Amino acid sequence: MRGDWKRGCDAPTGAKGLAMEEHPRSPNGEAPLAGPAVEIVGLHKWYGEFHVLRDINLQVARGERIVICGPSGGGKSTLLRCINRLEDWQQGHIVVDGIELTDDPKQILAVRRDVGMVFQQFNLFPHLTVMENCTLAPIWVRHMPKKAAEELAMTYLKRVKIPEQALKYPARLSGGQQQRVAIARALCMNPHIMLFDEPTSALDPEMVKEVLDTMVELAADGITMLVVSHEMGFARQVADRMIFMDDGQIVEINAPKGFFDHPQHERTKLFLQQVLR
Amino acid sequence: MAAASEFRSAYVREVPAERLAPPPTRAGLVGWLRANLFSSPTNIALTLACALLIVWVAPPLLRFLLIDAVWSGADREACLASPENPDPGACWAFVRVWYSYFIYGFYPIAERWRVDVFFAALAFGIAWLLWPSAPRRAMSVVYFVIVLPVLSVVLLYGFPLIGLVAVSTSLWGGVLVTVVVAIIGIVASLPIGIVLALGRRSSLPAVRLLSVVFIEFVRGVPLITVLFMASVMLPLFVPERLEPDKLVRALIGVAMFASAYMAEVIRSGMAAIPRGQYEAAQALSLTYWRMMALVILPQALRVTLPNIVNTFIALFKDTTLVFVVGIFDFLRTIEAARGDPKWITPTTAATGYAFAALFYFVCCYGMSRYARRLEARLRRADRR
Repeated sequence: MRGDWKRGCDAPTGAKGLAMEEHPRSPNGEAPLAGPAVEIVGLHKWYGEFHVLRDINLQVARGERIVICGPSGGGKSTLLRCINRLEDWQQGHIVVDGIELTDDPKQILAVRRDVGMVFQQFNLFPHLTVMENCTLAPIWVRHMPKKAAEELAMTYLKRVKIPEQALKYPARLSGGQQQRVAIARALCMNPHIMLFDEPTSALDPEMVKEVLDTMVELAADGITMLVVSHEMGFARQVADRMIFMDDGQIVEINAPKGFFDHPQHERTKLFLQQVLR
Repeated sequence: MAAASEFRSAYVREVPAERLAPPPTRAGLVGWLRANLFSSPTNIALTLACALLIVWVAPPLLRFLLIDAVWSGADREACLASPENPDPGACWAFVRVWYSYFIYGFYPIAERWRVDVFFAALAFGIAWLLWPSAPRRAMSVVYFVIVLPVLSVVLLYGFPLIGLVAVSTSLWGGVLVTVVVAIIGIVASLPIGIVLALGRRSSLPAVRLLSVVFIEFVRGVPLITVLFMASVMLPLFVPERLEPDKLVRALIGVAMFASAYMAEVIRSGMAAIPRGQYEAAQALSLTYWRMMALVILPQALRVTLPNIVNTFIALFKDTTLVFVVGIFDFLRTIEAARGDPKWITPTTAATGYAFAALFYFVCCYGMSRYARRLEARLRRADRR
C-alpha cells in the first residue's frame, strides 16, 4: 500500500499550468515561488495519549485542488488545521509556500498571511459589518489604506455575489451568504492557498449549492485548494486528487476517477459505498 | 379502501391565504389591568400584596421627607417639636446650612470655584463620552485619559506658578473626594482589569501566575484591608521623601481593588467568546494584540457590559470606605456634620442619611439607566 502512495503529484494539466503562470495573487508582487505549495513530512500528532495524526506525508503542488474525505474523527480537520498552525504537532515537518512552520511566531504569521481558511461555522466577526469583516486583515496585517481595502473587498464581494450586503451585520445574512462572505474575507488577503474545513456541513441543503458554486469558480482561477468535504459531486467536478483519511492516517490518494470508480483500499470502498448510496 | 377515500388525504391550496393584520388586542385600561395585574390567582395575590406594601411604606415616608419636613431655619430650634409641628419630619434646614461642606469639605472658600470648574470639566467629559452621536467621540477618550487628569491635578491640587495656591488634600472632602475616588477607580480599573484578564488567560506561565496572584490576593481580602495596607504599607516601599499623599495612597488601594474585580468580569466575558472567533482571527494572521483589540475584546466588553456597570456601581458606593484611613468623603462629611451641637435634633441623623441615600441613588440609578440604553443600542446595532 505504502509504496503506491503518490508523494507529491503528477504535473498538473496544461490549462492549470497556464493559470499558475498568470497567477494574479502575489501579495507583494513577487513571482510565485517554485516548489510545492504544501509539503508535509512524517507528521505525527497526539491529543494527550490519543494518536490523532499518524505518519502523514503529503505534497501539494501549486494550483492543485485536493479534496480530503473520510469518516468523522479520522483527523481530516486536524490535518488541515496544522497547515496554518491552528493546531500544534509533536513530530514531523510542514513547509507551506516555502516557509517552514516552526515555533517562531514570525514564521507562523507569514504562513497565515499566505493561507486563507474557511470554517464550518463561518466564524464571521459578529460585531463588524460584512465590509469590515473583509477589510480588517488587509488594513491591519497588510497595512493597506482603508479605501484600497474597501475596493478590494468590494471586488471579492462581487465575486461571491453579495456586494449589496456589504453594510449589513453577519447576523442578518443566511448561512450560505455568511459562508460566501467568509470566503471573500479570506480572499481579501490574496492568499496563495485556501483551506476549506467542511464549508457546507453547517448549511441548509438549499444553500449548499451557492457555496459550492463559489468554490467551483474559485477552483477555475487556479488557486491551490485543500478542501475537507463530503460533497462527492463537488469533489468529482473539481478535485485533482482525492485523499481518504481514516483513523489518523492517509489511507488512499488517487485521482477522482480512479478513486470513485476503483477504490483500492477496503476502508475506502466501504466508506464510498455508504456515502454514494 | 373505499372508506379511506372519504377522508381527504391530499390537499392542494387553490386560493392563497391572505396576509392579515393581527387581531386587535383587548385594548384600554381595563384590558391592560386584566392582562398584567389580575391575570391569575397568583398574580392577583401578588398585586394585592404589593399594593399593601406601598400603602404601608409610602405615606410615612412621604410625611417624613416632604409633608412634615422643615425646610428652613437658623438652628436646631426650627427642627424640634413645636405646637405648629408636633411631630417634625426631615430637617432639611440642616442640610441647607451644611450643604457647601458636604460638597467641598474644608476646601478653602476662596478657592472653591476651582472645584466647580473641575465638576464642569468632568460633566463635559462624561457627556461627550456617553452621548452616542457626539462629534469626535474618539477624542473624548484622550480628553478623559490625558486632558482631564492633568487639568484636575492643576486645578484641585494647585499650581503656584500660574497663581493657583496649593490646597492640601487633607482639606478636600465631601462630594469632591467621592467623585475623585470613584472616577479614578473607574478610569483605572478598566485598562488595568483588561491587562490582568489577558494575563490570566495568557499562555506564558509567569505572566499567568503573576496575574492570578494579584487578582486572587486583592479579591480575597476586604476593601478596608486593601485601604489600610495601601495606607500603612505603601510608605514602607518608597523613600520617605517621595512618600505619597494620604489621598493618593487611598486612590491606589481603590484602583487595585477595582482592577482585580474588573479583571474577573472581563475574563468571564472573554471566556464567553467562541473559540472560532479566536481561530478566524488567527487564520487571518492577526497578531495576538490585534486579535484581542479588534476581535475579542470588543465582543467580550459588549457581553459583560451589564457586569462592568454593576462593578462601577459597587465601586461608587464602596468609596465610602475611604473614611477608615481618615479621608472625608461625602458620607463622612455628613457623619461629621450631624454631630454639630447647633443642629442636634432627633431627626438630624436621619435627614443626613436620607440626603446621602438620595445622592448615591441618583448617581447609581443614572449609571444603571445609561447601561440599559447602551445595551439596547448595541443589540439593535447587531440586528441591522
